[in-house]
Amino acid sequence: MQKHLIAIFLIFCCITLMGQVKTKSRARPQPSVAPSAVSGKGIYEKYCLTCHQADGGGVPNMNPPLIKTSYVLGDRSRLIKVVLNGFSESVDIDGESYSNVMPAHDFLKDQEIAAVLTYVRKNFTNKTTAISTAQVKAVRAINRKK
Amino acid sequence: MKNNFNKYIVLLAGLAVSIMLYSLKTDSEVVPDADNAGLKLLDGFGALKVAETAAKARHLVVTPQGDIYVKLARPNKEGKSILVFHEAPNGKAELKTSFGNYGGTEVYLKNGYLYASSNTEVFRYKVNDKNEVISPDQPEKLITGLKAGRQHETKSFTLDNDGNIYVNIGAWFNSCQEKDRGLHSPGIPGCPILDSMGGVWQFKADKLNQTYGDGVRYATGLRNMVGMDWNQEVNQLFVMQHGRDNLNSSWPELYTSKQSAELPAECLYALKKGDNAGWPYMYYDQLQHKKIQAPEYGGDGKKEADTKFIDPAAAYPGHMAPNALLFYTGNQFPAKYKNGAFIAFHGSWNRAPEPQAGYFVVFQPFKNGKPDGNWEVFADGFSGSPEKTAAGRADHRPCGLAQGADGSLYVTDDSKGTIYRIIYTKKQ
Repeated sequence: MQKHLIAIFLIFCCITLMGQVKTKSRARPQPSVAPSAVSGKGIYEKYCLTCHQADGGGVPNMNPPLIKTSYVLGDRSRLIKVVLNGFSESVDIDGESYSNVMPAHDFLKDQEIAAVLTYVRKNFTNKTTAISTAQVKAVRAINRKK
Repeated sequence: MKNNFNKYIVLLAGLAVSIMLYSLKTDSEVVPDADNAGLKLLDGFGALKVAETAAKARHLVVTPQGDIYVKLARPNKEGKSILVFHEAPNGKAELKTSFGNYGGTEVYLKNGYLYASSNTEVFRYKVNDKNEVISPDQPEKLITGLKAGRQHETKSFTLDNDGNIYVNIGAWFNSCQEKDRGLHSPGIPGCPILDSMGGVWQFKADKLNQTYGDGVRYATGLRNMVGMDWNQEVNQLFVMQHGRDNLNSSWPELYTSKQSAELPAECLYALKKGDNAGWPYMYYDQLQHKKIQAPEYGGDGKKEADTKFIDPAAAYPGHMAPNALLFYTGNQFPAKYKNGAFIAFHGSWNRAPEPQAGYFVVFQPFKNGKPDGNWEVFADGFSGSPEKTAAGRADHRPCGLAQGADGSLYVTDDSKGTIYRIIYTKKQ
């Protein structure tokens, strides 16, 4: 009888453990990009394009454009924070309002954020300075989500 | 020499009279613009530009007296949000007056009142026997305190014939995720916001200062609706849901960007009291013809949803953004249009990097109050070119629909602000 109880107990343990394994495998792996070849364009196409569009022009009333807006060309810390924290403030951007929520992209590595922001700041007719991995790292260190 | 001169005078006078007669004729009759206002229409139809609002013109109504009420998304430079145009006999309209200081989408005329909504309230204005608003600066507040997020904030509504008003309260989420639109972000268990949004609420059309406690959650599980209409033939509420976004960007392992461009369907629902259309737990897959469990709530793109959720009455390709629904009850268009539905598809953005779609007005045939047969594109060309459609860079975007007293179909554009009128020109 005791043997049976132990056997049942063991089976129960196995199922529980299996269940845990299953839950773990359900948590989907973080996307990884080979650190040796971080392409700002690649990051843009994977994480940004669906909302901000291929031409960086955004979507009227919904997703802000990245073409010569004050947010893109202006303060670099503010821009880095938008990527890290997402954006859901009810503010006008250069006289227009945009309703969609941008999710946080803090799962991107410092060098990926630097690459994609540099890409944005040097494309879509933007011509301004790059953003370095060190700058992203510094902002992330002091960044506190609201 | 003198004879010749006289001849010219007579000729010129004749010409002048002809021109005058011609212009008189065209001035008293609605004729399409030479280029059909830039639209591509089915054989027998023509279109004219009625007016330019130079604003984000959302929904509209047209009175039998030729006044056009246009609701603006935001107040214009003069601070006004409802523009009133008056049509000349040739169909071209001039601004007559304007009032209201709140943005929003809906405007509606019924039972001697003009109804209009902001993003949190519904107002009404008494009209005189010419359907003119009597006191534009003193709206009566019918409904107040409705929730509004930054997205899906507009309060479309429609009225039945028994004194009720049905208001869309859109969900302020894409799919009720813990982190809205976030990568791999799971759904919030039980999606608690459904108690006050993500559905249609029924209120009394003649009782002032109502709020949630005075209304009834008529139908739930509806993410957001901009196009709503009461079907007079079967006395039932129909709505066009804006389907969810971001299947690929939130769940890249489950959906390719191609699948994410097509899915899920934009659904037409015929609603009864107590219906649940399933948002955020499911979406409708128009390719598999199945209700599919949402990935935020355990779905994998194949698992079917709980059968308690209602089926759509009709399904259309994803992300085209149905911003208006209108059952045609007029007699101007050929018989097949009677009691069928026109749907204005505002145009997509969440199909990128695939080509965008929509930016047209569709006709859905109906029989005995049910969709019957395939939908067809009724009016296209708003965007300016196929390239502009594919890029999502449309010149004009159809947003509102209204039927004129003579059976003409009016369309607003909330990009450049043009008001179009589509007429049937072929002699029957």
